Amino acid sequence: MLTDVMNSLPMLTLAAADGAKGSGPLIESWAAAPGWVLLIPLLPLLAAVLNVGCAIAGVKTKLPAVITIVSLAAAFVLTALAYLSFSGETRIVTGWSWFDLSWGDGPGQSMKADFGFYIDNLSLLWMLFVTGLATLIATYASEYMEHDVGQGYNRFFFAFALFVFSMSCLVLGDNLLMLYLGWEGVGLCSYLLIGYFYKKPEAVAAAKKAFIVNRIGDLGLAIGVFLTFVHFGTLEYAELFSSEQLAGYIDAVKAGNAGDVPLMAQLIPVFLMIGAFGKSAQFPLYVWLPDAMEGPTPVSALIHAATMVTAGVYLIARFYPVFLVSEWALPVVAWIGAFTAFLAATIGMAQFDIKRIMAYSTVSQLGYMFAGLALLSSTGGVFHVLTHAFFKALLFLCCGAVMHGFAGQLDLRKLSGLWSQPGWRVVSVGMLIGCINLAGVPFTAGYFSKDMILAEAFVTQGPGYGLIGWLLLLTAGMTAYYTFRVFFRVFVGPVRYEPGDDDHGSSDHDHEHDQSDAHGHDGHAHTDHAQHPFHPHPPRLAINGVLATLSVLAVLAAGLYFVTPENKGWVGSMLKDSTAAQVYFDGESDHPTRAGLFLIDGDAHHRDHAHADDHADHGEHAAHGSFLGFDPHKVMYYVSAIVGAIGIGFAAWAHGPRGAVSGFLGDRTEAATSRMDAVARSFGPIPKWAEHKWYVDEFYHFLFRAPLWVLSHIFHAIDKLLVDGLVNLIGYVPRAFGRLAQPGQSGVLHGYALSMAGGVAVILLVVMMVAG
Amino acid sequence: MPDLVVSTLAQADFPEVMHAITLYHYLLVSAVMFCLGLIGFVTRRNLIIMFLCTELMFQAAGIALIAFGRFYLDYTGQVFVIFVLTVAAAEAALALALVVLLFRRKESLDGTAWAVLKG
Repeated sequence: MLTDVMNSLPMLTLAAADGAKGSGPLIESWAAAPGWVLLIPLLPLLAAVLNVGCAIAGVKTKLPAVITIVSLAAAFVLTALAYLSFSGETRIVTGWSWFDLSWGDGPGQSMKADFGFYIDNLSLLWMLFVTGLATLIATYASEYMEHDVGQGYNRFFFAFALFVFSMSCLVLGDNLLMLYLGWEGVGLCSYLLIGYFYKKPEAVAAAKKAFIVNRIGDLGLAIGVFLTFVHFGTLEYAELFSSEQLAGYIDAVKAGNAGDVPLMAQLIPVFLMIGAFGKSAQFPLYVWLPDAMEGPTPVSALIHAATMVTAGVYLIARFYPVFLVSEWALPVVAWIGAFTAFLAATIGMAQFDIKRIMAYSTVSQLGYMFAGLALLSSTGGVFHVLTHAFFKALLFLCCGAVMHGFAGQLDLRKLSGLWSQPGWRVVSVGMLIGCINLAGVPFTAGYFSKDMILAEAFVTQGPGYGLIGWLLLLTAGMTAYYTFRVFFRVFVGPVRYEPGDDDHGSSDHDHEHDQSDAHGHDGHAHTDHAQHPFHPHPPRLAINGVLATLSVLAVLAAGLYFVTPENKGWVGSMLKDSTAAQVYFDGESDHPTRAGLFLIDGDAHHRDHAHADDHADHGEHAAHGSFLGFDPHKVMYYVSAIVGAIGIGFAAWAHGPRGAVSGFLGDRTEAATSRMDAVARSFGPIPKWAEHKWYVDEFYHFLFRAPLWVLSHIFHAIDKLLVDGLVNLIGYVPRAFGRLAQPGQSGVLHGYALSMAGGVAVILLVVMMVAG
Repeated sequence: MPDLVVSTLAQADFPEVMHAITLYHYLLVSAVMFCLGLIGFVTRRNLIIMFLCTELMFQAAGIALIAFGRFYLDYTGQVFVIFVLTVAAAEAALALALVVLLFRRKESLDGTAWAVLKG
């Protein structure tokens, strides 16, 4: 029951030292005084400050990378210690008082927001992968960014470290203001890093776009924060989630009186949701994320795939109780998530830039996460966040290695057969592991996490939720197709490539470029390196090491599903005591109905998910959602595997090569052509539309940018004519008087003397008349 | 001392014929001189003549001052005029030097030749 869980959220302060379950004396003593947890964000902040120092001192070595990696690794170790010493009870660690205002004694007449941390399983889960991935990706970036050593290197790692600080504040903060601070901080760092190559106009435009689109979402978040304070009188999680007001709403919803919840409380999640959609790139605010790929690839991997974009998911998971009391909030999230997943997948299928495909894939997978949360499978949603963080970071870093090695080439029509090239084996294997995870090949981490969401889509009852399930299932197949389209095109097949037009700053390639363009399109195999001047440079130790580590982690993430199966895996056990717990719906005790909105049958099903066989004994599965008459939880393992296989098979048929590596697949002999080109023609203009992203950017341009442009010019004209005219008129009056008096100033001495004498005479006359 | 001043400067000690000349006459001379100077300054174009006309106005003011000093039986007017004469001497030197410089610039003593501050 939610109320029970809420009662077990005591406000623990630094002084409260009980309840540490620690496994050793060291851990216990660490748990007793958790003030050191503050170091988790402060270490990256220190690194950021030191990197500013490096920039001022003009450091021309890899020192900033070392500083950043060490501090992030230390932050990760501290996070791991915090996890190991965590007792299961929510802890509040207060650093210092930030805001403490009061204007009366009554409730809601004071505002308190500390620089404090809310340590519970949800925030620890997030921090574990944020700091862990940040450390790995910083290591990768130390090699990836090496061509900028002494130039932008300091700046890059400054923003990188500042990002981790902001993200830590966002995730760990114990009140909404801290979350907002982190929220804006990550937005700023995202802006700085997208615009890292500030000499490229596209990068600057992309950075601006990301910032402005995020502003729209952030306005929603800000209004959500205001409303929360106005309605609940507090911004602190501990007070909010244990407030009797919220508990009362939950009881009302449970009793089926959802209408008793005041409108204001129902609006809060709607506004918070807008913030989440902006940050997590959901329809209609997703347009910034694909453009954000103009930033360096490590940034795309960390910020725009693994961590920052999951902030919206975190927000909803953190405010799950608040979302649950609203009648419309979760259905809207579900529909937006599912629609975004589908839309982004259709666009991803038609793109040729592999980094953009991954970007649209991220948008699509974020849609899955939102749908998962909204379909009352918070475990599935958060599990997908975790697995996606690993495999998508891996995929991005592999794309980055390709881009790094082939002078910025990202077009899948101009790359082929990387598997067979010397030095690219680690990248290829990493890419394969990432792809099977994303495509949902059975027994991978991505398979389990996606299944959880898909199964839940058919179980949970709600407005059109059955359709959402089918939409997500279709999207899963499309995901498998576009993922393996990249893999078959770029990594399999005959060795053939064209370098990109970006020399990536490595001067040893500069002189080769003019020639490499000349032979670029002639089509003969570029296997003989001695004859043509471009040499791809395969990744070295740092990149390969990180790719290997991430590959292992992405594989191991699947194992989390089998830890504590009674809670649906490790993530479920982490979420059990957090705000995102699925305590709401206890099938044994009562059937919460939300005026036909969603009739939830039983947490029992959730618990039994791993033991699906028990489910047959459960007497209530008549009310349970079904998948073509089967129990979704059981059958979804097979269905999603089949759907994934169809997608991969189609990709193999359409884009597979015919060559030494795999002669049985397809008939693609050129990197630039595939069977799909012929198939696509039969779809008419639809592939073209998808390639142009359904013209959404153009639509926004027409709907918002063009009217604003016109409006701004109207305002400019008004300003020019009316405002400037008035000001000029005021200036004109003295000037006109001056013109009148101007002839008097002849410049000749006699005139001045005469006028002076005349003036004196007039004064004398006046004096005499007055005196007389 | 005031008594002594009064006794030595008393109107009664002056010769009889002087008694007919009153403050009015002095001021009239002063005013006529000032007007002549002013008219000369405004009408003449030669820089040296114009300068001399300013001197004339200067001395007219001096006469008025002395006359008032005598009328009120006070030395201040006379002392002030002595200072004015000193300053006028110095100023005359400067002004003539300026006139020489201006002449060198334009090879002319015409005051109207200088009209660079025309609005």
